[in-house]
Amino acid sequence: MSAPTITEDRARSEERARSFLGRLRSGDEVAYLITFLAAASILFVTGWIVFELFRNSALSRHEFGWSFLTTQVWDPVAGRFGALPFIYGTLITSALALLQAIPLGVGAAIFLSELAPARVSDALTFLIELLAAVPSVIYGLLGVFVLIPFLKTVEPAIRRVLGFLPFFQGPFYGVSVLAAGFVLAIMIIPFIISISREVLLAVPGDQREAAMALGATKWEATWDIVVPFARKGIIGSIFLALARSLGETMAVTMVIGNDPKIHASLFAPGYSIASVIANEFTEATGDLYVNALIELGLVLFALTFLINGMARLLILSTTRKGSSQ
Amino acid sequence: MKKLTCLLFAATMLTGMVSAQVLINGAGATFPYPVYSKWFNQYHQKFPNVQINYQSQGSGAGIRQVTEGTVDFGATDGPMNEDQLKQFQDKRGSAILHFPTVMGADVIAYNLPGISRELNFTPEAIAGIFLGKITKWNDPELSKANPGAKLPGSDIIVVHRSDGSGTTYVFVDYLSKVSKEWESKVGRGTSVNWPVGLGGKGNEGVAGQIQQTPNSIGYIELIYAIQNKMAHGNVRNAAGKFVQPNTASVTAAAAGALKDMPEDFRVSITNAAGKDSYPISSFTWLLIPAKIQDQSKKKALVDFLHWMLDNDAQAMAEALDYARLPKAVVAKEIKAISKIQ
Amino acid sequence: MTARLVYRKATNAVMLTLTGVSALLAVSVLFFILGYLLWHGGTSLNWDFFTKLPVPVGETGGGMANAIVGSAKLLLLATLIGVPIGFLGGVYVAEFGGSTFSFVVRYTTDLLNGVPSIVIGIFAYTVIIVRQHHFSTFAGGIALGVMMIPIAVRSTEEFLRAVPDSLREAAVALGASKSRAILTVVIPAAIHGIVTGIMLDLARVAGETAPLIFTAFGNQFWSPGWNQPTSSLPVMIYTYAISPYEDWHRQAWSAGFVLLTLVLAVNVFCRLVLARKGPTGR
Repeated sequence: MSAPTITEDRARSEERARSFLGRLRSGDEVAYLITFLAAASILFVTGWIVFELFRNSALSRHEFGWSFLTTQVWDPVAGRFGALPFIYGTLITSALALLQAIPLGVGAAIFLSELAPARVSDALTFLIELLAAVPSVIYGLLGVFVLIPFLKTVEPAIRRVLGFLPFFQGPFYGVSVLAAGFVLAIMIIPFIISISREVLLAVPGDQREAAMALGATKWEATWDIVVPFARKGIIGSIFLALARSLGETMAVTMVIGNDPKIHASLFAPGYSIASVIANEFTEATGDLYVNALIELGLVLFALTFLINGMARLLILSTTRKGSSQ
Repeated sequence: MKKLTCLLFAATMLTGMVSAQVLINGAGATFPYPVYSKWFNQYHQKFPNVQINYQSQGSGAGIRQVTEGTVDFGATDGPMNEDQLKQFQDKRGSAILHFPTVMGADVIAYNLPGISRELNFTPEAIAGIFLGKITKWNDPELSKANPGAKLPGSDIIVVHRSDGSGTTYVFVDYLSKVSKEWESKVGRGTSVNWPVGLGGKGNEGVAGQIQQTPNSIGYIELIYAIQNKMAHGNVRNAAGKFVQPNTASVTAAAAGALKDMPEDFRVSITNAAGKDSYPISSFTWLLIPAKIQDQSKKKALVDFLHWMLDNDAQAMAEALDYARLPKAVVAKEIKAISKIQ
Repeated sequence: MTARLVYRKATNAVMLTLTGVSALLAVSVLFFILGYLLWHGGTSLNWDFFTKLPVPVGETGGGMANAIVGSAKLLLLATLIGVPIGFLGGVYVAEFGGSTFSFVVRYTTDLLNGVPSIVIGIFAYTVIIVRQHHFSTFAGGIALGVMMIPIAVRSTEEFLRAVPDSLREAAVALGASKSRAILTVVIPAAIHGIVTGIMLDLARVAGETAPLIFTAFGNQFWSPGWNQPTSSLPVMIYTYAISPYEDWHRQAWSAGFVLLTLVLAVNVFCRLVLARKGPTGR
């Protein structure tokens, strides 16, 4: 065949244009573009936040360098700042919270999705979701007026049973890492329950039926078949809960005791990154002080980054291929 | 659905259609918030076209916001230092003036089951307790000032502020004056590195902690001690007398410090002279820029300052358990108002 | 019955009971909180509370009308910003995204979720307030909106993923373009879960105090338009709760109760709308 004629060329480009317009009209390109922009804007905003954190902590970063992460002293008057006690406080309170919230939350979600009758389940979930709306301050106040007196009454019992562990030794004044862990657990449970329940409900019925048909008990069907199917969603909800507990400010600061020291005991007071920023930012005078607080924000960001990474690696290494989507 | 959103939007915009209002925003100290909210409310009733909106975010926040120009005036429990004054000058192009409004005091509150009387505290005792040197309630420093009180041998549990605050500033300023060791070891600031103790958030956090912890001791604003009916002690002043903290002894402290009061009112009156002075007292100040562009705002602020220094306003403060300014200070301030351009 | 069977049955009974106990615990905490709020704040709940402006301490008859309106405005703006970005972002990650980009977005979303509310407040302050030299409702709405994004993204993504591929394939087989399939088939199938997530999102953001302190500031008076500082329920609760006055404490509890009720009302409203519209879901 000879070289393409002009008319053939034009026909081909017209066809190409038509198919592009066709895709555009049917919305694919537009949809792609809009949703892509939305996703990109999330990256943009987060990046901007990190940038601002970085920029406004410059003084402190230059002054202390990496030793900021290993120093235990927090002395605004002398101008010496270190993040270690706060890193410890943040990690231990979040760990405590997750230790309580995950079993209770997933357990409650299983109950609500598998066992409870639909109407009851809907109503109860509805109410549990309300817990997420309770302002942080109120959790703090309830922590001070209700939880801490309660802990004070059960503390002797705990000490008797578990007192041989270093975690349950030393004086107890109410405000403590333990109290903060409890309050956080209550605050993050609605997320785990609500989202896990929805994901469990979304598991196709035939999975359950197949398990039953093979003679599994209800629990076995649930735990061995349904839950793994919903694994990703449940884990997603746990990540949300973790994020919230790392960043929770007001409630923690009212019950943790605000003592920038590291103690082994859970009965001892502690201090988290979000709490110290909340406590001291509005009153902080002097650029180095403000910069140090903002650097703490940056440290928390890095912590979240690392914890998320480690958690993801852990999940990746334990995921059986073909257990869920 | 569309109609609903349109209506909603219109409603929010309509709330904006008000007549020639003067809207003034201020931020700062939490300690005087109750009396400021009373004053600004009363002032608005008297002059309905003036709205002074004050939010208590902390003295440091007040200084920062007024320096950034996001609010029209600030309020602080601790005077601005030279660096901060210079920063204001650089950023806003004028000086900033301090106007004392009312006075308050830090009291030593404690929870000693079985002891109902007011204890006497010497400066050495207070410094020793908060430094962690004096650890038991029956320490000689405490018992010799309180003959006749059966002080227990239990440990003293110290409670301090966890958040930065003017209340702390006044307290550590006092301690720095009466204890060389405190001054070198801990120093002054709105937040310090406390040698011992638990941290409570805000005055109410400390008050609550003390109320719930037997054998504890801490420092809180006088108002909180009165409102929560907490036991608090007398402190020995510079003249050697044990003085009870109340509005009269706090006002006396300002009168006692009058001799050395600078023109700009930036003064600490802790450990003031005068036999009736309560030693842990302080002013709280409004921070007003010396040059205000908006004429209507300037007039409103100047008028308010005059109103605030008047007897009625000061009496309102006293009714709320704040100490009023002594007459000499009021006279001095009225003269200083003319500095606002 | 073999021993193994007995064991399995026993495990079944025990574990299922435990899940019931967990649910019971969670629900009883909620009822306790609601009850406590009502008990302590109930006496302050009167008509004045919803219609009057706050009064200074010691005076009676005040209310939080401006805080209620302020919170409504802030949440409206936050939803208008956070939900579209979050939802559309979630759609992208679930439907269009390549695995690397999706991973990055998901990871970043989790990071954003972990930023303390006070840091978001400080961020909005440095970026908006300092430049404009005044506080505003607008900035507060943006700060809250940014906080809403992560949960909206994750919910949308999780529940879109939960929709089986067979639905997508069926739609395409019937001639629908990809975007049409997503819009008319996949999203409706996931909408129940997505709305749950967004309601949770809204609830969480409704109670946030720290970001508002630095952006919307607070206001004892009515706040006109979007460019002035405004009062809000969480900030009022915080201010009143830390005061020394019994009366203000009661008002703080009342405000907490009102806040919860408002969130509940929005929740109910959305579910009703959904129930009438959507045939799919559950």
